[in-house]
Amino acid sequence: MKNKSLVSITDLSKEQYFRILDLAEEFAKKPKQNLIQDYVVATLFFEPSTRTRLSFETAVCQLGGKYIGFTDPNVSSVRKGESLKDTIQTVANYSDLIIMRHPVDGAARYASEVSKVPIINAGDGANQHPTQTLLDLYTIRETQKTLSGLKIGFVGDLKYGRTVHSLLMALSQFDSTFYFISPDELKMPSRYKHQLDEKKLSYTETTDLESTIPKLDILYMTRIQKERFSDPIEFEKVKNSYILINSMLAGSKPNLRVMHPLPRVNEISEDVDSNPKAYYFEQALNGVFVRQAILCLILGVK
Amino acid sequence: MEIKTLHVSAIENGTVIDHIPSKVVFRVARILLLEDYPEHILIGTGLESKKLPSKGIIKIKDKYLDKEEVNKIALIAPEATHIVIENYQIKEKASVTIPDIITGITKCVNPNCITNMENVLTKFDVISKIPLKMRCRYCEKIMDKQDLNFY
Repeated sequence: MKNKSLVSITDLSKEQYFRILDLAEEFAKKPKQNLIQDYVVATLFFEPSTRTRLSFETAVCQLGGKYIGFTDPNVSSVRKGESLKDTIQTVANYSDLIIMRHPVDGAARYASEVSKVPIINAGDGANQHPTQTLLDLYTIRETQKTLSGLKIGFVGDLKYGRTVHSLLMALSQFDSTFYFISPDELKMPSRYKHQLDEKKLSYTETTDLESTIPKLDILYMTRIQKERFSDPIEFEKVKNSYILINSMLAGSKPNLRVMHPLPRVNEISEDVDSNPKAYYFEQALNGVFVRQAILCLILGVK
Repeated sequence: MEIKTLHVSAIENGTVIDHIPSKVVFRVARILLLEDYPEHILIGTGLESKKLPSKGIIKIKDKYLDKEEVNKIALIAPEATHIVIENYQIKEKASVTIPDIITGITKCVNPNCITNMENVLTKFDVISKIPLKMRCRYCEKIMDKQDLNFY
């Protein structure tokens, strides 16, 4: 991975997933390690983000590196109409690696073509967010001690959810069984189901969250956005069926963990937070370790 | 063969692209970057054909194109043939095939793709030739035949 950009989860082999996850495990045990003190990392956020940006910046700090960048394109030359190419080429002169989030699909791949330093994609529009997928894989392995043979339930917006699609494709390499729990309007697109069919992986589609929970090892929650519904009445009808409350976890397996990419709005009731099966804040912390691992592998210090 | 030469004169040496659907003849010429070619180019369109309802033909004097270059036109002229002429004789004749990578030629169907926002040449990986399915190298959206939108 040394000096290679990380743009899409499909850029990585299964072996590389494990390499990243194993190294992240080392950082979870000992997060502060002065491995990149000679490096300058740029964080270019052309679109707002809290968790992703802060966890990347924390990762850089824990490794002893320095970072430069912007969190709002309105304060950079982008506002003056500078092209992405010019911004990237300039910043590539100042830094050893660029982390970028951009609202346009494919912006990260393009940046990786015009940049002389590697690019880490921290989200390009509706397309890819590979470090999120890797931290999800890490969290699943951490809590279940394996990535194979698990029963994984995805809940909420399965039609548009980038996080869900990306994680599904990564997990489809590990012999998992899937449960797609969503309203009819937001069902998993058929192109993803075809890919599961080709790999002979089994999946179940249902609208019933509560009765599916007892079967699961991982419950992956996502937010349902009102604007995704063509009919607002339809939204009102279904919105409460996909809200997780603590009592719904009563009959769940002891190893079940609830995950969520965050931010949450109301799809997980706050009474779930104190349940030891709630794991979304630990998941967000894992983002730091996984990003430390990715930074070290790309900069070639590990 | 004789009727054809009556419509569009023969060339001594060069390239002939035959069996182009009439309505895309000029687009094929553009894709093959023939607009600035200084030598003779003979173009016929609206000609009769056994293979097509109406065909066009392009004859380029003293120019030889490599296969990859000609294969670019397979997206719009899948039945075209690429003929190499030497001394008024056919030296080589081959059908075009859809290449594995398509650069330029067609726009990406996704309006939020970087190729539609900045000055970036499109690039697609062909994942299936029949039926045509190609994935944008940038936004990773998969396009099929109906989505083709030529520059």
